[in-house]
Amino acid sequence: MNDLLSALGHAIDPFCGPVGVFTLFAGSGLLSCGDTGWGDEIASGVFVTASLAIVTLPVGLLLGFLVALGKRSEDAYARAAANIYTTIFRGLPELLTLFIVYYGLQILIQATLSALGFDERIEINAFFAGMIALSVVFSAYCSEVLLSAFQAIPRGQYEAGAALGIRPGKTMVLVVIPQLIRIALPGLGNLWMSLLKDTALVSVVGLNDILRETGVAAKSTKEAFLFYGIACLLFLILAIISSVFFSRIEVWARRSEAAR
Amino acid sequence: MSHIDTLIPPQPAPPAIAQPITLSRVAGMVFLFLWFLLFGGMLLMMHSNWDWEKFAKYGPRYISGLEVTLGLVAASILGGAILSFPLAFARMSKNSILSGIAYVYVYLFRGTPLLAQVFLIYYGLGSFRPQLEAIGLWWFFKDAWNCAFFSFALNTAAYQAEILRGAIESVPRGQREAAASLGINTRISFWKIIMPQALIVALRPYGNEIILMVKASAIVAIVTVYDLMGETKYAFSRTFDYQTYLWAAIFYLVIVEILRNLWNVLEARLTRHLKR
Repeated sequence: MNDLLSALGHAIDPFCGPVGVFTLFAGSGLLSCGDTGWGDEIASGVFVTASLAIVTLPVGLLLGFLVALGKRSEDAYARAAANIYTTIFRGLPELLTLFIVYYGLQILIQATLSALGFDERIEINAFFAGMIALSVVFSAYCSEVLLSAFQAIPRGQYEAGAALGIRPGKTMVLVVIPQLIRIALPGLGNLWMSLLKDTALVSVVGLNDILRETGVAAKSTKEAFLFYGIACLLFLILAIISSVFFSRIEVWARRSEAAR
Repeated sequence: MSHIDTLIPPQPAPPAIAQPITLSRVAGMVFLFLWFLLFGGMLLMMHSNWDWEKFAKYGPRYISGLEVTLGLVAASILGGAILSFPLAFARMSKNSILSGIAYVYVYLFRGTPLLAQVFLIYYGLGSFRPQLEAIGLWWFFKDAWNCAFFSFALNTAAYQAEILRGAIESVPRGQREAAASLGINTRISFWKIIMPQALIVALRPYGNEIILMVKASAIVAIVTVYDLMGETKYAFSRTFDYQTYLWAAIFYLVIVEILRNLWNVLEARLTRHLKR
């Protein structure tokens, strides 16, 4: 079964499969797949970048939603806590956030472990640290987008929910969130684009993403312009794919408006 | 006929309604407490690891890094602003080739990470050293600061061109037509009528762009420019002291907050004639 899956994966692999771009156009040059070229390394980099962004998205959205709830809460404490969060993480450079999370988590885990009596050197996973840092940054911006979307939803929607005897939690899920998604989609699309670009930073702490793989290739072949050009091109292709995807989601989300 | 002959004596204030303990209140308190713990822990760490020798050694380096960061950002924002004007006009032009080129430029620079662009220019142009030496530009591209400035200016030009275009297009058509019907020529109507209104619309996005640039400038540390982040990395690699990063965070937060508040004041001042 696993063989079958990997064979299928190979067949539809857009880079190194039988109809992949590197197989078709690179020949046996620098970009070919296999031991002589860098095609397969770059392909794995694309996979890592895409999966990092995709894994970060739901975490960031959820965190951002909670922070947005905090910001529009009637309680001053909740508002203050949420405002501190967005002020800090929108003010810090993404790279610095990444370093702070990467080394900070390491120190925190090390300290906890040594307090418990273990004395091992801990090396934190770059993917995990990148995911945390990016989702924290994403959620800080996301909370602002969601907050302004919340303000676009009239009070009457909540009141109508209450008048129909729907509990506040259910009103949120059944009445408010579907409208919220529609209003917030353009803003969230922009945030997704910047998230995709921010993943490039994680290459600095050693994650083998597009930029790191092409960087390694550039250093060992001395063809820096070619390989960094390819890196830019790959990011551009990811951006184009996601903008097509997002415009389809927007059409889908607005399908109820089109009929009117 | 009846009239009041006694006033109701003053009453004590009604008792305060007890604030119900809601979920959001508890959550807010818990998170505020967590923030407090975090900041307290950081302050404690800074205090316990404090070393005057390190402060004397790395303090001045942080200040020089701050100057490099601010200089780089100011230079690239200005360079980008100059480049963004022809770009924005090309983008709005009726000539489809011209507007197509401008669109591709903007899409390329907005669709790829700034870090990849900096690498492409700093490392990539090194591949063309003989050609660059032949046209006498190698001295410019061999320096990391220049490369960073060049790529930042190109990048922010793309963003600023979009800001400018959006702002100019947001001015209603009627303004231009009114100017034309009063016999004001296009150049004067552009500078005296369209631009002042457009720049007010563009004020907020420009502020955001500057803040984004300050934050993005941290990546030049990767191409060996000793800006604030570069000095921080240097200090960390020498001391392995986590508080080096916390100091950088404080510096960046202060810069961003100052810019943000400055922009609020600026906006309030410049739009006071629009308040009703």
